[in-house]
Amino acid sequence: MAKRDAPEVNAGSMADIAFLLLIFFLVTTTIETDSGISRKLPPKLDDNQPPPPVIKERNLFVVSVNANDDLLVEDETMDLKDLRAAAVKFLDNGAGTGDEACNYCQGSKDESSSVNPTKAIISLVNNRGTSYKRYISVQNELVAAYNELRDRESMKVYNMAFTEMESIYNDPGTSEKDKDNLRPRLERIREMYPEKLSEAEPKSSN
Amino acid sequence: MAKFAKKKSGDLPAVNTASLPDIVFMLLFFFMVATTMRETTLKIQNNLPTANQIEKLDKKDLIMYVYAGKPSPRYQSTYGTEAKIQLNDKLADVNDIPGFIYEERATKREELLPLLTTALKVDGDTNMGLVSDIKQELRDVDALKINYVTKNGNAVEANN
Repeated sequence: MAKRDAPEVNAGSMADIAFLLLIFFLVTTTIETDSGISRKLPPKLDDNQPPPPVIKERNLFVVSVNANDDLLVEDETMDLKDLRAAAVKFLDNGAGTGDEACNYCQGSKDESSSVNPTKAIISLVNNRGTSYKRYISVQNELVAAYNELRDRESMKVYNMAFTEMESIYNDPGTSEKDKDNLRPRLERIREMYPEKLSEAEPKSSN
Repeated sequence: MAKFAKKKSGDLPAVNTASLPDIVFMLLFFFMVATTMRETTLKIQNNLPTANQIEKLDKKDLIMYVYAGKPSPRYQSTYGTEAKIQLNDKLADVNDIPGFIYEERATKREELLPLLTTALKVDGDTNMGLVSDIKQELRDVDALKINYVTKNGNAVEANN
């Protein structure tokens, strides 16, 4: 009996089907992962809370933004590009003596500026008319100032940038052992330059 | 001389396309693995601002998204041109945020609640008034972990 060949299946339309699926997935999916500036909001105010401690004027760095997106830093107008350097200068001033002395600060020890990074507070006041992108860039510059100082100290002590350690710590792929290793390091650097960024409720008028 | 008979000229052989499906399937699998499904359809303009001091948002299931911005051109006749908030698939009011947060919390396991983050995807041209109203509502329901979602880039140059 003659051996009969099985007829070949026509696979020509397979490509069409695959293309159809491919285009469907291209249209319905996005490739991006989200990233952004993480913040923590202050908890709701309690009525019978003790009044906040008095903060010395010299330890306060006031940044205000008006409805025209202009910057006013410590009562002087400033360009956004100079904000980071000004914030670094303020935080790293370290003019304190005795208990308030800062032995790792490299600032100019100006008498009228902050005594210690742990005491220095940056206050951000914005207007209801301020645009969101200006607000984000001001936030970004202030966070950058903290990160710059933290990186510097971290490089000195652990020979590794703070931001790098933080991203390794936050990576879900990092093992628990490495995280336990990193945690005290991160905390130590955070203690040296605590992020004290206070936001006032926006003013409604100019 | 039959062995050297010339082939018929002018008849091009068909290109073999048998491996084409394989190539396309490979592309398909790449896109299926590398991308995520789009979950909400935006009814507002959402041109995010730029920043470079950013952290990645992992664990997608622990994130609640709050969108804000001007309605897209085709919705402007219905909703006007004032900046609006979008929660899931519909435009909402600031007062709807607490309800939305409670709804989201109800779907999550209890031990994960402290890890919940609210991601704010706000258009760059929105006024801070709306954003601080949102933040006030979030404070009221104790959703304190927030993230301003941004694009990656130089903030000083891009936002001027």
